Amino acid sequence: MSTMTQTPPGAENPVFYDLDEHEHPPGHSTMLGFWLYLMSDCLIFAMLFAAYGVYGGSYAGGPTARELFELPLVAVNTTMLLLSSITYGFAMISADERKQGAVLGWLAVTALFGAAFLAIELYEFSNLIHEGAGPQRSAFLSSFFTLVGTHGLHVTFGLIWLGTLMVQVSRRGLVDANLRRLQCLSLFWHFLDVIWIGVFTFVYLLGVLR
Amino acid sequence: MGAETHHGHAADHAHGHGHDDPHGGAAHGSRKGYWIGFLLSVLLTAPAFGLVMSGVIADPRVTAGIVMALAMVQIVVHMIYFLHMNTKSEAGWTMMALIFTVIIVVIVISGSLWVMYHMNLNMMPSMKAEMSSAGM
Repeated sequence: MSTMTQTPPGAENPVFYDLDEHEHPPGHSTMLGFWLYLMSDCLIFAMLFAAYGVYGGSYAGGPTARELFELPLVAVNTTMLLLSSITYGFAMISADERKQGAVLGWLAVTALFGAAFLAIELYEFSNLIHEGAGPQRSAFLSSFFTLVGTHGLHVTFGLIWLGTLMVQVSRRGLVDANLRRLQCLSLFWHFLDVIWIGVFTFVYLLGVLR
Repeated sequence: MGAETHHGHAADHAHGHGHDDPHGGAAHGSRKGYWIGFLLSVLLTAPAFGLVMSGVIADPRVTAGIVMALAMVQIVVHMIYFLHMNTKSEAGWTMMALIFTVIIVVIVISGSLWVMYHMNLNMMPSMKAEMSSAGM
């Protein structure tokens, strides 16, 4: 009994250490986490760019970049993506001003431009495959389809995300969670535009110059 | 009572702050900023396509150099005006992550090109003429 009442040293003036996490509002670290995801995505694209850089001249006796690429089509495609970037920017500004209708409108316009970009890219791919310049033709075309196709796949998922977010915003309104999601998709969408700068420069323009 | 009032005020302040900026310090763009970014992008993209499609410069190496320089500038423009990169957001960690990524990207791409170019030269002598004519 006496051992029970015996106070351990330091118990009279207990010192508490604040080991628990401080209160964090939900999603306060989402933006940094999403940015880190984008940076790791950037590394994936770096690998694909490196592969294209190495194999870009390996035509295996097949068609060359100069023969295949239609720059006017790529210019239109670039315009589509650039326009979708600024319309997404306007959606974000409308979100800051808490104008739900304007947000939905600008998101719809962005989705249209994104869909136009994808449609043109798929048209280009199907043309190439019909000409016998599919990904199995040469190392150059394999790396081309992998790099540009991965970017197109990202745009596809961006569009799915955009559609989901439009439903979310129309149902729940511009609550904090939706604003955070809009901000994440904003980073994702503009990031894809940055990758596209690399694609049209290093794949299409420099490919034609080779 | 005083403490309670103070607490209430602090909560209001926090709420007001959260209302203005629920994204934990992420930077915002303005309409003007997006327009500047868009116009700069157009001014950087159009000459790149124009130079290659018209072929005004006879030496493709010069054209390639200009086109790559324009792309580099445009990437920076997009980073600033669309992705709102700065040294302050998330206490500088986004910039840190970006710098780290850029270093890795440069090592991966330049390293791959360098190593594979020399391997091609050494392993496949028949490819030599083709590779040098391709300007790789």
